[in-house]
Amino acid sequence: MTALQLEIQLVAIVVAVACALPGVFLILRRMAMMSDAISHAILPGIVVGFFITESLGSPLLIVAAGLTGLLTVALVELIERTKLVKEDAAIGIVFPVLFSIGVILIARYAGDVHLDTDAVLLGELAFAPFDRFTAFGLDLGPRALWVMGAALGLNALFLLLFYKELKLATFDAGLAATLGFLPGLLHYALMGLVSLTAVSAFDAVGSILVVALMVGPPATAYLLTDRLNWMIGISAGVGALGAVGGYWLAHALDASIAGAMATATGLIFGAAVLFAPGRGVVARVRLRNRQTWRFAEQMLTIHLLQHENTPQAQRECRVAHLQEHLNWDAPFAEKVVNRGTRRGTVERRGPYLALTDDGRALAQDALERT
Amino acid sequence: MLDLLHELLFNYTLRTVALGAATLGIVGGGLGTYAVLRGQSLLGDAISHAALPGIALAFLLTGSKAPIVLMLGAGAAGVIATLAILGVTETTRVKYDSALALMLAVFFGFGLVLLTYIQRHAGASQAGLDAFLFGQAAALIERDVVTMALLGGTALLVMGLFWKEFKLLAFDRAFGASLGLPMRTLDILLTTLLVIAIVIGLQTVGVVLMSAVIIAPAAAARQWTDRLGVMTGLAATFGAVSGVGGAVASASIPNLPTGPTIVLWMGILVTVSLLGAPNRGLLWQWWRDRRNARRLRRETVLLDLYALALKHDDPTYAHAESVLDAMNAWAGRTHRALAQLEQEGFVARENAQRWRLTDAGARHARTLAEERRLST
Repeated sequence: MTALQLEIQLVAIVVAVACALPGVFLILRRMAMMSDAISHAILPGIVVGFFITESLGSPLLIVAAGLTGLLTVALVELIERTKLVKEDAAIGIVFPVLFSIGVILIARYAGDVHLDTDAVLLGELAFAPFDRFTAFGLDLGPRALWVMGAALGLNALFLLLFYKELKLATFDAGLAATLGFLPGLLHYALMGLVSLTAVSAFDAVGSILVVALMVGPPATAYLLTDRLNWMIGISAGVGALGAVGGYWLAHALDASIAGAMATATGLIFGAAVLFAPGRGVVARVRLRNRQTWRFAEQMLTIHLLQHENTPQAQRECRVAHLQEHLNWDAPFAEKVVNRGTRRGTVERRGPYLALTDDGRALAQDALERT
Repeated sequence: MLDLLHELLFNYTLRTVALGAATLGIVGGGLGTYAVLRGQSLLGDAISHAALPGIALAFLLTGSKAPIVLMLGAGAAGVIATLAILGVTETTRVKYDSALALMLAVFFGFGLVLLTYIQRHAGASQAGLDAFLFGQAAALIERDVVTMALLGGTALLVMGLFWKEFKLLAFDRAFGASLGLPMRTLDILLTTLLVIAIVIGLQTVGVVLMSAVIIAPAAAARQWTDRLGVMTGLAATFGAVSGVGGAVASASIPNLPTGPTIVLWMGILVTVSLLGAPNRGLLWQWWRDRRNARRLRRETVLLDLYALALKHDDPTYAHAESVLDAMNAWAGRTHRALAQLEQEGFVARENAQRWRLTDAGARHARTLAEERRLST
């Protein structure tokens, strides 16, 4: 692995973790689509900031574009509050309009400068190491690493300082307001962070993939844990894993790194949907299967218990009879009996079935519970 | 103006672009009505972003850039993304908004991987595929417009055929199910129509802005009417007007991209509708509130005067304006109310400071007092 590759992956990891942190609260507060709206709507802010500062990396540009993100949030709320349009429609109108203004500004006034819509929308992580941060003649690494490092630091600091407040405002907004925690202010602070992170990251990964990095890792973590602090930690881990996996996927295909990071994040999410312990599709199918067999075994023992030592035992306690009595088809009945013998609850005696002590206990236990 | 009309009719490029934009405006606006009413506005955004890998895969597999091939790929990807969103929402605890944002960005990211792969491996032959990112209305040719019109026309036709069923689906799904209608199938059918509406617009306005074409005309139309049929027609009209407006504006002003201009027109239409639509519009609401507040003030002053007069056993006993003003802290608005009441002939000026009820005023006040007693 060359130094170049290492630096790209380092930037990718920092971007992913910086995005994942505020993303946790976005998805818990059911505002995931605000990340989509903000990341698109910052375009005019970036353009105007670029015209003023003439540099894509200037802190002033980041602040100006971050303010556009807050403007988006405020506009959506303003429209929503009229009650004339639902929230989702308000989001879906505000960000395309702002984005359009950005595209038009670029097309009309930025024809010959280094700023095009592709760059903002898609980013190019592969170029990140070529833009160096130097101070006092020293090369201090890629500039993007510093910008995103600052964003990551800010996000982490915010979470550390306001963890309790965020937690309360997210899970019980009413109580938070009653206790005087100003959930509205906290909401705007969070949106401000989302905007700042999106602006800092667009250069590297583009504004649409910011959405994947903000939503994907927390959504994955949400499937894996019930604890907020774990969810934050797992999100950061999943983000980093997606970043590294995405880098090598892009390397193998010779394709967009940012796109591959989003793809990798999506694959990790898909794996979590399938294999998450307890909640995953596989775990639930297995649980349902196990319950089906357990229930069938209990039915069998209860059936045998009912007819044990009765005149009908000869007729009722044959394997072939289960088909008629419990409405089981032959292969299923055979499997249940096999399971019972294997687990020592039922014994085969020629064509007849008999309960063992364990089996009797199982049946009595099941009957007592109902 | 006439020049513009002449250009619109006889300039091949402008006519083609305007026709294409109008078609997508009509289809997007018409079908967007249901999306907005059913709270699926952002599903449109997700579908349009998610179409990107479909376009790239269709090209990779067939090597063809025929619009119908790419649209089929885009449509398939849109349907798969929709199913993935529904699947995740229904089988896991992940919420709808997270599923939307995630699928949108992941599909788009995968599309980007495919696009860059094609770019670097298939040489320059991919040129034109990235038009789908931001749209390239100016590159529309007649064949594209015909494809759009055929697909879109079919979608609108199906919408017309199942009008009553879709209406039930949007407003009272449970009732529809109780009538024995296959609501789930209808749901899938309507969502598929939405996918078609989105797919035909991608080449013109691009994946990012397509959602606005679905949402904005419908949201604007909603303000003017409470009837579904009228709303659908209005939305289609708004869509068409914005489409043509965008095409014309970008043809007459240099360096003005068509797609974003169309979306700007739609934004203006939404703003005008939110402010100015009769009944629902904000200006209308404001005016109505003001009128109600004034009427209420007049009635209160009249009743105050009546109540004071009753204490003197003379319904037309005069009282000072300052007393009436003090009874309601309205900072001077009492005078205005009195002036208007005077015009209506309910009060009369005894002298510069004092007012009394007229006979008509006393009668009116008695009626009002009784009405208020009844209503409380």
